[in-house]
Amino acid sequence: MSIKTITLSHGSGKGNKELLEEVIFPAFYPNSPGILEDAFIFDIPGRRFAFTTDSFVVTPLEFPGGDIGKLAACGTINDLAMMAAQPVMLSVSLILEEGLDASFLTKMLKSLQAVCVSNNTKIACGDTKVVEKGNADGMFINTSGIGIVKVGVSLSVANAKIGDVVILSGGIGLHGITILAQRKNLGFASSAVSDCCSLFGVTNALLSAVPNTRAMRDATRGGLAAILYEIAEASKTTIKIFEEAIPVPDVVRGACSFLGLDPLHIANEGRFVAIVPNEEKEKALAALRAHPDGKEACIIGYVTQKEKFPVLLKTIVGGVRPVELPPGELLPRIC
Amino acid sequence: MCLAVPAKIISINGTNAKVDIMGNISFADISLLSDINIGDYVMVHAGFAIQKYDIAEAEETLKLISELLKVSGEK
Amino acid sequence: MNLLNFSDSNTASQIINKINIIAKKIETAHIMEVCGTHTMEIGRLGIRSILPSNIDLISGPGCPVCVTSASYIDSAIELSENKNHIIVTFGDMIRVPGTNNSLDNARAKGADIRVVVSPLNAISIAKENPDKEIIFLAVGFETTAPATARAIQLAKNDKIKNLSFFVSHKLVPPALLALINDPMLKISAFLLPGHVSAIIGESPYIKVVKSGYPCVITGFEPIDILSGIMLTCEMIANKKFALINGYSRIVKPNGNQIALKTVYDVFDICDSVWRGIGIIPQSGLKIKKQYEELDAAKRFSVLEKLDQKMPEKCLCGEVLKGRIKPNKCPSFSKSCTPQHPLGPCMVSSEGSCAAYFKYGC
Repeated sequence: MSIKTITLSHGSGKGNKELLEEVIFPAFYPNSPGILEDAFIFDIPGRRFAFTTDSFVVTPLEFPGGDIGKLAACGTINDLAMMAAQPVMLSVSLILEEGLDASFLTKMLKSLQAVCVSNNTKIACGDTKVVEKGNADGMFINTSGIGIVKVGVSLSVANAKIGDVVILSGGIGLHGITILAQRKNLGFASSAVSDCCSLFGVTNALLSAVPNTRAMRDATRGGLAAILYEIAEASKTTIKIFEEAIPVPDVVRGACSFLGLDPLHIANEGRFVAIVPNEEKEKALAALRAHPDGKEACIIGYVTQKEKFPVLLKTIVGGVRPVELPPGELLPRIC
Repeated sequence: MCLAVPAKIISINGTNAKVDIMGNISFADISLLSDINIGDYVMVHAGFAIQKYDIAEAEETLKLISELLKVSGEK
Repeated sequence: MNLLNFSDSNTASQIINKINIIAKKIETAHIMEVCGTHTMEIGRLGIRSILPSNIDLISGPGCPVCVTSASYIDSAIELSENKNHIIVTFGDMIRVPGTNNSLDNARAKGADIRVVVSPLNAISIAKENPDKEIIFLAVGFETTAPATARAIQLAKNDKIKNLSFFVSHKLVPPALLALINDPMLKISAFLLPGHVSAIIGESPYIKVVKSGYPCVITGFEPIDILSGIMLTCEMIANKKFALINGYSRIVKPNGNQIALKTVYDVFDICDSVWRGIGIIPQSGLKIKKQYEELDAAKRFSVLEKLDQKMPEKCLCGEVLKGRIKPNKCPSFSKSCTPQHPLGPCMVSSEGSCAAYFKYGC
């Protein structure tokens, strides 16, 4: 095992993949964890369920477009939605830092609750711990969720087939830039607003129109690059995307050039990719664009035979280059 | 090296300018340049404006390139 | 008033067509891009995949982080281990390995190392932490040296006692001259760094051009890079050599005189060790005597050892000199990857090997 100390790089992207593969999976699954989906599907005779978990450690706790409460509910509901599961219930575990303002805590919890209410999701159980000052950045939240999988739909990242189209639900990078702008050391303020939202409605609309959708994945930390990479690897294909087709809001483009970052690597919290059979693409786009959370849906590429690189990008000058997983920690460059 | 971005000057306070980079606001020290006005575009690197962006020259460059492209490959 | 578009894909196709036409008149052209940011952009745009096969782009020593000596990084790590010190650095330096370790690992073990985007941030941090010693890692080429110089002037003016600058700025033209003196190098032309040139202007490159090398000062937008390649190929085909300023919207013939004055008010030129290359005379900057109270090297008795120790099995030196392509190094992508780099070329965001690894160029 080559990892000796946990560093910030292990929190996402390439570093996180390394941590999972070298430390966590070997501890839990001596053989292999199998295909990694957004939620685990299990059957109780007659019903299929989805079960997932996620932890939220965002700083600052409040930001334009959302807060940790909204994030904690949307994050887990979205993971269920990506597996075609209607969210039914969440557990909420809170780790609170000593000194946290109680009315602020209430505000965060109400945010979380509001997302659950609009998704008919019950907060079924929970836990609370308090840690000493300095040990929790205000608060950390873990949510686990259970959902009921839509009948007649079976999604998996392994299902992508050659010839399928890759649809992106909207412009990328807004959440990540919103958060980065809050960091004092980066010295910029932004008009960017987080795209944090729950995606069950829009994904359900897609699945109702195109039940033979192959896979969906929401882009979170690691950006668009990470999920395309995961889909390609799991389905043993190569995904080809077109730079000109990928919607990047100007404010994200500007912030990325200022910091020296790649929009494909920037976090999202309300965007997803759907892999659909080519013959269904018009129906899929129509269904997505009819929904307020899918207005900007567009085709960004297609699935092809497996080549050396999992994800290839055709650039605006017509060149072709591989898309890599982002580094675990996005560092601003001056060079 | 090195990364620098074109930024629009939106206000000036002594040697400190507020700049806009496509909807992102930052600050740039303008003491390495002279005659900077609100509305100018400057290249910002490491928190400093290092040169003014000359729009007229930019137009010239594009014009020159398009003329070079019109010239046939034979010489 | 809006910025003009230097990313138009139509114009890009036309330039590429023209490059293909010109290339038929050339046997082989080895064009060195002397700028890590160019290396990254060329990779990011996939330009090598659309150039004719007889046009070869070589990555030169244009990555200031790559060429910062291992002993500088070792010293920075050592300084970070003092609980009373705060190290302030650009993000580029965090993952670069020194002899055995990196600032990233030092930070994980508890060192106070902060990433900033400007040396001015070091001044704010010093003011906010009067009980600590703040040390700014001042690396970069002529684009960045004026920023450091100005920050040093401001710090002296404000009589800030708890701040110092650990300087390892390097100069590009001496490196170019050292390169063209290397008989093993086969370079036909140079794409010159646009933002370094914004500071130094055109004249420092005259010696290189007069030695017979076509040079184009090149910007960083897609059209800039493609037209830079087109113009160098044109000169190579016509067996002409000259200096063309392809980035005139930013680069003036005299550069930025105020910035240069600031640099030479604060710094003297000195010899400098370029990692993987060796000592290049008169290619570095050191703080002048009148600003020595802000010189971390003096304050902490840190001498950047003029050695060129590279991590074992690392051929970064050969890559930086353009002698081999990154994928010809036996360690490339095997024992040396961006997650576990042997040398700085793999870890720096602009490192030639990192760009090759990421974009497969």
